[in-house]
Amino acid sequence: MNEIIVYILISLGTLFILLAAVGILRMPDLFLRISVTTKAATLGVGMILTGMALHFFETSITTRAIAIIVFLLLTAPIGAHLIGRASYFVGVPLWKKSLMDDLKDKYNRDNHNLDSSESQQKKEDSKDQASS
Amino acid sequence: MTIETYLTYIILPILSISALLVFIRFLIGPTLSDRVVALDLLITIGISTIAIYAMITNQPSFLDISMIFALIAFLGTVAFSYYLEKRKKNE
Repeated sequence: MNEIIVYILISLGTLFILLAAVGILRMPDLFLRISVTTKAATLGVGMILTGMALHFFETSITTRAIAIIVFLLLTAPIGAHLIGRASYFVGVPLWKKSLMDDLKDKYNRDNHNLDSSESQQKKEDSKDQASS
Repeated sequence: MTIETYLTYIILPILSISALLVFIRFLIGPTLSDRVVALDLLITIGISTIAIYAMITNQPSFLDISMIFALIAFLGTVAFSYYLEKRKKNE
């Protein structure tokens, strides 16, 4: 029974890692690539490590596997967010079929702060004046 | 079929193929950010390969190395994104 669960977990984890690899090769855009690889690879590694902990079935190995899984689950989104933010500010182009870019013209190009205070308020003021 | 045979002849070749696919993106990636993302995924595949190898050779002390790999991947991504942002600002 335990063996069958180990087989299933490791095969599914390897399948997810293969899907992540195909995704990073085939996706048209940096941000889509980040979106594919972070989720699929984290799930795949988590499944493989869980299968390995079930295969050995000892306390010390299970503790190490849980430590690695928790560390990956904590750091993968942070790393993806950091690299996505930095490459958006540097000017990596979006896919040409992208429909919307919510951050466009909403940040300061020099110090990279979200700059909704001055420009947004000016726009709202002009709108108010036009309506009144 | 024992689990060692299954891991050696089916799981490890699939992991190697995915590492090759990621390495193609690492070579042709148009920008530096693509290469950083590919490096991160390459280290993640390395962690799972080490876990599979620890099961094949029945030596669980390889797991410490994969923990250090996870640390290095996170630190590398953070450092690359930090200096990517700084570089554009100073030019």
